[in-house]
Amino acid sequence: MSTTVSERKSSASNPFQPPASAREIQRQFSNGCLIVLATLFALLAVGVLIYLLFYVIVNGIRYINLDFITKLPTPNGEPGGGMGPAIQGTLILVGLASLIGIPLGIFTAIYLSEFGRGRLANMVRSLVDLLTGVPTIIFGLFAWVLIVVPQGTFSGFSGGVALGIIMIPIVARTTEDVLRLVPREQREASLALGATEARTTVRVVVPAALSGIVTGIVLAMARVAGETAPLLMTAFGTTFWNTNIWSPMDALTLRIYNFTLSPYQTQVDQAYAGALVLILLILITSFTVRWFTGGFKRKF
Amino acid sequence: MQQVTVSEERGVIQRSLEWVTTRFGKKPTDLVFRGITLLLVFIVVATVIGVAVVLVVYSWPTITTFGLSFLTNQAFDPVHNTYGVAPAIFGTLYTSLFAMIFAIPIGLLAAIFVVDFCPRPLRIPLAFFTDLLAAIPSVIIGLFGFLLLAPWLQLTGEPWLQQHLGFLPFFQGQIQGVGMLAAGIVLTIMVLPLIIAVSREVMLTVPTSQREAMLALGATRWEVIRYAVLPFSRVGILGGIILALGRALGETMAVTMVIGNQASQPSLSLFQTGYTLSSVIANQFGEATPGIFLSAVIEAGLIVFIITLITNILARWLISSMERRGAKGVRV
Repeated sequence: MSTTVSERKSSASNPFQPPASAREIQRQFSNGCLIVLATLFALLAVGVLIYLLFYVIVNGIRYINLDFITKLPTPNGEPGGGMGPAIQGTLILVGLASLIGIPLGIFTAIYLSEFGRGRLANMVRSLVDLLTGVPTIIFGLFAWVLIVVPQGTFSGFSGGVALGIIMIPIVARTTEDVLRLVPREQREASLALGATEARTTVRVVVPAALSGIVTGIVLAMARVAGETAPLLMTAFGTTFWNTNIWSPMDALTLRIYNFTLSPYQTQVDQAYAGALVLILLILITSFTVRWFTGGFKRKF
Repeated sequence: MQQVTVSEERGVIQRSLEWVTTRFGKKPTDLVFRGITLLLVFIVVATVIGVAVVLVVYSWPTITTFGLSFLTNQAFDPVHNTYGVAPAIFGTLYTSLFAMIFAIPIGLLAAIFVVDFCPRPLRIPLAFFTDLLAAIPSVIIGLFGFLLLAPWLQLTGEPWLQQHLGFLPFFQGQIQGVGMLAAGIVLTIMVLPLIIAVSREVMLTVPTSQREAMLALGATRWEVIRYAVLPFSRVGILGGIILALGRALGETMAVTMVIGNQASQPSLSLFQTGYTLSSVIANQFGEATPGIFLSAVIEAGLIVFIITLITNILARWLISSMERRGAKGVRV
């Protein structure tokens, strides 16, 4: 039902085809507009992502070398140097966060999917959901007030606590979802063989859902590795090697933040390189996780 | 002799375990396991409640000193010991509003494309790419905003706007690159993937029969979406939008890097610099000395916390009401 001139001529020769009315033209026009706009905006969203990736890769790739991983940041304006302490710090902070976030997250999920009934379970589930929506700087503030201010010093430990709290809901939600996918029959079979509830959970249900749980953990780790705001006021950052979790610790995101705002071009260059490392880390984890969980075939 | 005592002891343990089992109706290992689980869940719940309590307790000095004037006072001034977050609240609302105005139509139409128009083989990569955009750390979006977007706005974008649309109140004032406009654009980029993801998930729950019925009546694709898909998924999409609003209101890093962090004369200008509640926290905590200053910073956090809590509760309530109406598998 197109509205071109040739079509109208042919419709005149065809007595069964009504002529295109103004209403018809308007319908087709708005339909066309929608398709064009929808395509355009979808391309725009993907375009922004691709542009951002290219921008970071092109600007950062030149400064990725061995020095970047092994050297200290140079003092103001001097060329060379790297982000060694930042990479080390991010690893330590994510490790600390995992110590807090993974057990708490997994056991919350076990509670919600295996034991939790009624009002208490619903309350816990709502709280976990709400936890994901709270801006992460709030958890930084929490750790800052409770750990940094009383101790009088910024510390890697407080950063790990803040990141750990951020990990809890991510781990809990993905774990709960996969635990629920384990068939009821498997639990019943285990219980029927005389296994206790605890043994059933630990030896049957959790192993059956293990790949999904690991996925959740990896995603949560990638997510907190990219956090900056809560670390500003907890880990704070340093330009020296530091493995003492009771003193200020650097992180990749903190170094990127500081160097992006730096007036020295050499530091800005390092910020690009740091951003590239961070983006690669997240791309690689996202792709691997999707690959292993068959997420590419999901739903469609 | 030794052997006998051991077996006797085992007998005692066995008997007490059996007693526990009959007394509580559960095997002892299960009781211990449940106990550990409940303890850890209790820690999680206590942490969430603890965050709220800590924020209220530590901001109490400013709440009692300034009361509601904290919300309306213009200056956040440690030197004169007077604190107010009116410009920060304005900055937060203004940049978020800007982001929503652009992100809602773009995100909704992009989601419609992914669900309805996209060639089949492209759907999954497209959904994956938009999800990936959501996974990019905010500090990298901030880097992009500060090193590329802000200079471009200063040299090209804002002069152009001022020249052609300068009669509007939005495009007046001094051109600085960083400011409300840059923050708004950065926020748009950050909430876009969230709106796309939620709208997509919600629209996928519309039964195929509904679409097919419309198509069979001779409806165009737009009419199918307008009269079948959108009415069905309206509530869920609204939930997604509010969720995105909550994200925009609380976003810290990217905004802090491009908004300028300087109060200017309150106006509608998008070129003015300013700050948001979160950027106040990010900028001020370093100097905050224990006492009223520290308390003021924490009260800014408390306000962000309350705002995002309200938006999140509302959003999740809307989205879960979709579920009650039969749409399955939407959990955001």
